[in-house]
Amino acid sequence: MTNAAMPGTYLEEGSGPRAWLLTTDHKRVAWLYLISLTAFFFLGGAMAVLMRIELATPAGDLVSDDVYNRLFSLHGIIMVWFFLVPSIPATLGNFLLPLMIGARDLAFPRLNLVSWYVFIFGSLFALFAVVAGGVDTGWTFYTPLSTLYANGWVSTAAFGVFIVGFSTIMTGINFIVTVHMLRAPGLTWFRLPIFVWTLYATSLVMVLATPVLAASLILIVLERVFGIGIFNPDLGGDPLLFQHLFWFYSHPAVYIMILPGMGVVSEVLPCFSRRPLFGYKAVAMSSMAIAVFGFLVWGHHMFVSGQSAYAGVVFSFLSFCVAIPSAIKVFNWSLTLRKGEISFETPMLYALFFLALFTFGGLAGLFLASLAVDVHVHDTYFVIAHFHYIMVGGMVTAYMAGLHFWWPKLTGRMYSETSGRIAATVTFIGFNLTFFPQYVLGFDGMPRRYHTYPPEFQFWNVLSSAGAVVLAIGYLMPLFYLGWSLFRGARAPGNPWNATGLEWQTSSPPPPHNFETMPVVTRPAYDYDMKGLEHERFSPHQEEAAG
Amino acid sequence: MSGTESVAFDTPQRERRADTFAMWVFIGSEAMLFGAIFLVFLVAHIDFGPAFAAASKHLSLPLGTFNTAVLITSSFTMALAHMLAVHRRWRAAAWALAATSALGICFLIVKGIEYTKEISDGLAPLLGLPFRYTGPDPVHAEFFFGLYFTMTSLHALHLIGGIIVIAGMIALWPTSTPANRLRRVVALGLYWHFVDIVWVFMFPVLYLINR
Repeated sequence: MTNAAMPGTYLEEGSGPRAWLLTTDHKRVAWLYLISLTAFFFLGGAMAVLMRIELATPAGDLVSDDVYNRLFSLHGIIMVWFFLVPSIPATLGNFLLPLMIGARDLAFPRLNLVSWYVFIFGSLFALFAVVAGGVDTGWTFYTPLSTLYANGWVSTAAFGVFIVGFSTIMTGINFIVTVHMLRAPGLTWFRLPIFVWTLYATSLVMVLATPVLAASLILIVLERVFGIGIFNPDLGGDPLLFQHLFWFYSHPAVYIMILPGMGVVSEVLPCFSRRPLFGYKAVAMSSMAIAVFGFLVWGHHMFVSGQSAYAGVVFSFLSFCVAIPSAIKVFNWSLTLRKGEISFETPMLYALFFLALFTFGGLAGLFLASLAVDVHVHDTYFVIAHFHYIMVGGMVTAYMAGLHFWWPKLTGRMYSETSGRIAATVTFIGFNLTFFPQYVLGFDGMPRRYHTYPPEFQFWNVLSSAGAVVLAIGYLMPLFYLGWSLFRGARAPGNPWNATGLEWQTSSPPPPHNFETMPVVTRPAYDYDMKGLEHERFSPHQEEAAG
Repeated sequence: MSGTESVAFDTPQRERRADTFAMWVFIGSEAMLFGAIFLVFLVAHIDFGPAFAAASKHLSLPLGTFNTAVLITSSFTMALAHMLAVHRRWRAAAWALAATSALGICFLIVKGIEYTKEISDGLAPLLGLPFRYTGPDPVHAEFFFGLYFTMTSLHALHLIGGIIVIAGMIALWPTSTPANRLRRVVALGLYWHFVDIVWVFMFPVLYLINR
C-alpha cells in the first residue's frame, strides 16, 4: 500500500494531447476541468478587479456605464456558471470520488469526458457573446430586461449557460450512480467520508434543479429568437414568472456551490486536529437537509418583487430553517477542534478561514431572511457582501483548502509550505478588506450594479478596492508555487498528512485504475483516535466511556 | 474487464443495474424540465382560463387523438422489444425496435401536418408570422399558442432524440454483445416510455382540459 514498486502512475500512462484530450480516466478529466476552471477563475477575477478600480472614485472615470454593466454581468456569469458550480465537484470531486469509495473509475467514464467537452463548448459559446459585444443583464438574466430591452448578446450567453447545464446534469448523474453502485466492500453509507455525502447531495440538486434553469433560459431564447412571449406582458406573458423559475434553480445552485466546500472542510479539520469528526451522522444528514430545504426557499430573492405578503412570510420562515443544518455543521466542526492536536498546515489554515468567513456570511444571511431588514438592504452592497462571504470566503477558500490538501495526491509532489501559509493569510486579510466594507456600504444604502456613487461612500469603497488588490495577490500566489511544485516539488509519499480515507491508501499519484488491490473497508471514517498518531496519547473518548 | 463497457464494473449484470438506475435519475431530471414548463402552463391557465379554453378549441382533436394512439402503440412495441431481448430473441427484438421508431416518425409527421395547418390558419405567434386569431381575448390566446408550440416542440425534440438513438442501436445491433444489447434496450425503453408519458399528460392539458 505504499508507493514502492509501482508499475506506473496515471500521470505516466501516455502523454501528448491525445492521451489527455481523449482520456476516460477520471483523474485526467479532473485535470482538464482544473485547468479550464482556473482560466475562468482568473478571467472572472480580472473583471472584478476592473470593477473595483472603477469604484475607487465616485465618478465614472475608468469605464462607461455600459461597459460597467457588461463587466459585472460577465463577472457573474463566468464566476457562477463556469467556475463555482463546477469548481469542487468537477475537479476535486471528479478526482477523489472513485478514490474515496474504492472504485476504479466513475460509473460512466466516457460520459465524464463528454461532460467536459460539453462544458467547454457551452462556455466558449457564452464567451463568444463577450467578444461579440457583451451582455448587460447581470448573471440573473431578469426579464423583461433580458427579453425586451437588453441590447447585448443575451441569447448567445443564455444558450451557452443552457449547454453548460447539460454538463452539470451529466456529472450529477455520474456521481449519484457511482456512489450507489461502486462503493468498496464494507463501505456502508455511514462510513462514507463527508466529502462523498456532500458530493451526493450536490449531485441530487444538480440533477433536479438544473433542468428548471434550462427551461427558463430556453424560454428566454424562444422569446428573443422566435418571438414566443412567455415573459412578455404584451403577449399575455408574465415577467415575474421568470424570477420564480430562475430562483427555483439558482437558490439550490447556491447549495451546489457551498455543499462540496463543506465536504472539503469536513475532511481537512479532522485530519489536522487528529480527531474524528464530531457528530458524523448529524453532519451527513444536515448535508441532505440543506439539499432538500434549498428547494423551498427561492422566494426569499423576491421579497420586493411583488410577491404576496403571505408567500413572503412563509419563504422567510423556511429561509431561517435552512440556517439550522448549516449551524449544525458549524458547531460540529468547532467541536471537532476541541481537545485536538491542532497543527496549522496550509490546508488547515484555509479550512479555519473558511469556518470564520462562512459563519460570518451565513449570519448576514439571517438578516436578509428577515422580511423587514431585506426590504431595507435588498439590492444593496449588503447582499453583495453576504453572498461573496459565502461563495468566495466560503466556497473558494474551501476549494483552496482542498486543492492544497489533495495536491500531493493529484501530482505526487509537495509544495512550499511557507508560501502556502503566506498565501492563505494574504487571502484572508484581502478578502475581509474587500468585502467587510461592502456590508457597511450596503447598510448605508449604496445600491449594487452602479458605476458611480455619491462621494460620502468613497472611504469604504477605497478600502474595498485596496482589499481587492491584496486578494488578487493572495489568489495569484498559488499559481506560482503550485506551478513550481508541479515540476520541482519534493516527491510526496502516499499519505503525507497521515490522514484516514481510502484515497490516502494508494500511492501518490495513484496508478491508472486507482488501487493495486481493491480495498476492503472495516472502519468508520475519520478514525483518527486509533491510528496515524506518532505517539499514544490520552483519548477524550476513553475518558467519556469510562466516566 | 469481464465484458463490461466501463472499467468501473466487475460484472455486466452490475453494469446493467447501474445503467437502469442512471436512466431513472435522468428521467427525474427530465421530469423537472417538463415540470417547469407544465407549471408555467398551469399558472397561465389559472390566470387566463376562458381565453385558454377558447384557444384550445382551435387545436385539431382528431389528429391529437390519433397521435396519442400512435405513441401508446409505440410504447407497446418498445415493451415488446424489451421482452424479446430478455428472452434473447434478438432478431425479433430488432424488428420491434424498428417498429417503435417507425411509429415515432409517424407521430412526428402527423405533428408536422398539425403545425402546417396551424401556421396557415394564422395561429402561430412566432418568427413574426401573422397571428390572425379571431376568438375572444386574442392577447392571451397568443400566450396559449406560444405555450402550445413550446411544449409540443420540446416533446418532439425528445422524440427525435429517441428515434436517433434507436437508429444507432439498430445499426450497432449485429456487432454488439448480448449483454450490451440488453443493457441498451432496457435503458432506452425507460426513456421512450417517459417521453410517451409526457405526451399522455400534454395531450389532455392542451387538447382536452377545456372541452
